[in-house]
Amino acid sequence: MAEAHPVGFQWVMEAKRRGAKVFHIDPRFTRTSALADSYLPIRAGSDIALLGGVIRYILDNELDFREYVVAYTNAATIVTEEYADTEDMHGLFSGFNDDNATYDQSSWRYEGHTQAATTQDSETQRETAAGLENESHGAPVGGETERDETLQHPRCVYQILKRHYARYTPEMVERVCGIPQEKFLELAQAWTENSGRDRTGMLVYSVGWTQHSVGVQYIRTGAIIQLLLGNVGRPGGGVMALRGHASIQGSTDIPTLFNLLPGYLPMPHHANHPTLAKWVDSIAHPGQKGFWGNARTYGVNLLKAYWGAAATADNDYCYGYLPRMTGDHGTYQQVLDMIDGKIKGYFLLGQNPAVGSAHGRAQRLGMANLDWLVVRDLFMIESATFWQNAPEIETGEIMPAECRTEVFFLPAASHVEKEGTFTQTQRLLQWREKAVEPPGDARSELWFFYHLGRVIRERLATSTRPRDRALLDLAWDYPTHGPHAEPSAEAVLLEINGYDVTSGRPLASFTEMKDDGSTAGGCWIYTGVYADGVNQAARRKPGAEQSLVAPEWGWAWPANRRILYNRASADPDGNPWSERKRYVWWDAEKGEWTGYDVPDFEKTKPPSYRPEHGASGVAGIAGDDPFILQGDGKGWLYAPTGVLDGPLPTHYEPVESPVRNPLYRQQANPTRKVYTHPINTLNPSPPEPYSQVFPFVFTVSRLTEHHTAGGMSRTVSPLAELQPEMFVEVSPELAVGRGLTHLGWAHLVTARAAIEARVLVTDRLTPLRVDGRIIHQVWLPYHFGFEGLVTGDSANDLFGISLDPNVLIQESKVGTCDVRPGRRPTGPALLDLVADYQRRAGITPGQHAPAVTEDNEGKEHGAS
Amino acid sequence: MGVRSWIEGWPVYRQLTGTDPLGRGTAAESAGSRALTARTDTADSMARSVCPYCAVGCGQRVYVKDGQVSQIEGDPDSPISRGRLCPKGAASKSLVTSPLRQTTVRYRRPYGTEWEDLDLDTALNMIADRVLAARDETWEDVDAEGRPLNRTLGFSSLGGATLDNEENYLIKKLFTAMGALQIENQARI
Repeated sequence: MAEAHPVGFQWVMEAKRRGAKVFHIDPRFTRTSALADSYLPIRAGSDIALLGGVIRYILDNELDFREYVVAYTNAATIVTEEYADTEDMHGLFSGFNDDNATYDQSSWRYEGHTQAATTQDSETQRETAAGLENESHGAPVGGETERDETLQHPRCVYQILKRHYARYTPEMVERVCGIPQEKFLELAQAWTENSGRDRTGMLVYSVGWTQHSVGVQYIRTGAIIQLLLGNVGRPGGGVMALRGHASIQGSTDIPTLFNLLPGYLPMPHHANHPTLAKWVDSIAHPGQKGFWGNARTYGVNLLKAYWGAAATADNDYCYGYLPRMTGDHGTYQQVLDMIDGKIKGYFLLGQNPAVGSAHGRAQRLGMANLDWLVVRDLFMIESATFWQNAPEIETGEIMPAECRTEVFFLPAASHVEKEGTFTQTQRLLQWREKAVEPPGDARSELWFFYHLGRVIRERLATSTRPRDRALLDLAWDYPTHGPHAEPSAEAVLLEINGYDVTSGRPLASFTEMKDDGSTAGGCWIYTGVYADGVNQAARRKPGAEQSLVAPEWGWAWPANRRILYNRASADPDGNPWSERKRYVWWDAEKGEWTGYDVPDFEKTKPPSYRPEHGASGVAGIAGDDPFILQGDGKGWLYAPTGVLDGPLPTHYEPVESPVRNPLYRQQANPTRKVYTHPINTLNPSPPEPYSQVFPFVFTVSRLTEHHTAGGMSRTVSPLAELQPEMFVEVSPELAVGRGLTHLGWAHLVTARAAIEARVLVTDRLTPLRVDGRIIHQVWLPYHFGFEGLVTGDSANDLFGISLDPNVLIQESKVGTCDVRPGRRPTGPALLDLVADYQRRAGITPGQHAPAVTEDNEGKEHGAS
Repeated sequence: MGVRSWIEGWPVYRQLTGTDPLGRGTAAESAGSRALTARTDTADSMARSVCPYCAVGCGQRVYVKDGQVSQIEGDPDSPISRGRLCPKGAASKSLVTSPLRQTTVRYRRPYGTEWEDLDLDTALNMIADRVLAARDETWEDVDAEGRPLNRTLGFSSLGGATLDNEENYLIKKLFTAMGALQIENQARI
């Protein structure tokens, strides 16, 4: 955090000054470690084993915040007897289907429930990254559950959790993660001691958690701990995702993603969502509790914002215009399709996949096989010049005179040359004022896409083809201003907020939205950002003149709420858990919720409210159910549906690992998304033979002085000067073992690529004792490429493509490699080196390990 | 110069007699430094902005002189950053004023070995031609069972995590209306 989010880290230091104890867990000792009270080096890819150990420690010693756990989580909920755990299945859960390597989730359900029809098809959920829809609400589940609040029923979640994590002992943590038991116990003890009525603990993670084949389950494990300790919905608690790009939260909320529409509405699927009614039901799940009962309203408002007057009740608000998914249309599928010649054109908007995406060679070869490419950026990045300067020119794989890709480079406006909002990591929208005009031909994306749409609509103006109706009926009449006819960003923000169609009055809250076409709003979770006709995101009341919550700086979704689920900051009766942790509470005299933040609850629903039998939607949420976007109103320790790789996080080894999974027969995530393609060759891992050809673990992360793929930092002289060269950090032990010299050269080899880097011998990396042997890890920054003021080989070239099944994010925080002294070969000899490694490892192009691990103990994985 | 002003010209005298006993402020000022003015004082205007790098959202004040960015500083009013910027945020002025920035359209024709110049309006129209052609060539009305698809998989897009919400909104709206499903950004990566 001190390296990649330094200014945010000031608050960790503030907390430390007030007595907080800071633990830093990372494969590499960083500036964060230097300032922490305790640093725990960990083997990359083993975090679930560590956190599972903490869960076991909590449960074994009964250190959970019992009152919170019973009232606010699903600990007491009873699960069907069909459920079988990894304990009994060699690391698999019940319901595994060998044919497509997915789970039938029905045996995971709550007792007495039938599974929601829309969650039955796990393969479609994986292909469409359906887990992302859960960023704003839980997976569907019925509201009424059977509970045992003594937590003694053998099939209640609490007991299932206890059994599942029984083998995650301190000894096992040491064996899997390489963390000495006493260091682990110090962490577990401090975490639990610092949680309860008077105290809260916070968990902070970054992309080091998401970029794994089990990334979603990493975060689930953290959330389980935080729920058990009562650290969710309370000040100083939570699971903090430190996102890495100015508006990456915004680009998920208002998604430039294939599977989502704004506000986490799913893009329709051709088989599951044939009509507006079916689409809405698949989101609202009739009978379910919570705010998603209003899904029809959110959907109709979006369609109305898109298609304006053309969207009427008679035509289902133009629902039929929406394109339909048939499967995985994600960025990695696209790249493989480019290589196979299936895609003609590609837009890159402030993005540099030639350096920033996994398997750089695949990215570049894909781009070299397009008809046309549009790059919009501030600088001439690698993704614009691959036809001229890519490493594949040297190897002969790309020849400029034979590469047909037509490239348009269009200069973009910088953040000071346009106005608009970013949504930052804390869900906060901040409006930026425009300082100057962009230079020359540089334009905003708002300008480019508004005018591209305008030109396309003009071309089609006389078309009578049905396929063009969606374009011709589109509400695309934004006011423009200035010499370049720049569209008004405020007008777009107003449309996002939503308005009354007749009067044009901006809506103040999504509760004002109607499902009859009388209101329109482009992203329901952002409704309120233009409340009272005021751009709330532009508010700049100085922090010093406000409370610690600072509600008048910018605007946070939803409803300017700064801590989600903050009903949980009060006890079931609505009183603060303690004076020290007072945040939101029930004012019995006034009959309303009040506090320092906007209460995340219906304002006048008393803590004593109990829904009638069969109540659904918002009425189904009891007065002591803080998790109002979950179908049962509870925080989920156990996920009865919706998480494709299992209801409970389980340690699997990374797809590429030098270690046999010490916990289960099953080696890696059996449901991971696999791409079988000749370019996507993976290093073998145990129990496959020859894993020792790639004996070392490598991981990558950011330098303080550079940003992502370098397009905004290797081009900026002060930053380029601070970090001028690609390097690899190795431990003194590994340097001796491999004959590496400090400040000399080394090259790293995987089944995809060989890259070179200067050697930095440092005890920031330490060899770990894992399962009885020494594992060496090396670390690289991933910022370098072949353009800019400072250049170097790209670390992301080393990775293959394996994805988390829930969200289709690639495993690019851990892989295996070999490390050799000296520079890498150049030209065709480079390809020969990689081919030689593939041969030595006994792998053929496109090879990957089977989903289910079989070993000498026998083929059966179902029997215990 | 009189004796009095000569004595007062000594920093040590000012340090011992004035309001700056540590000698780190006014006492240490030379005549030269006294005559200096901060760029922030002489700016024509100041825009309230936000750092474009990571997702913390540090406040920035962007100062403008004669139509050019003259300084970018942390915004002390921000309850997030309290005026601080990291090395990248502090280099924002170098980012936006970098001589390496491309300010004209560049075009590489198929099989070309060099960049060429192209007029922005021409480029926009050429891109519109290619989008429409790719869409027509790859359009899918229905699937094998006759269910609607309304889409093209003929072109795709990647990017958006450093763009504004309003920009992403228009991009998604236009792509969806074109039937272009394949749109992704850094959030997938």
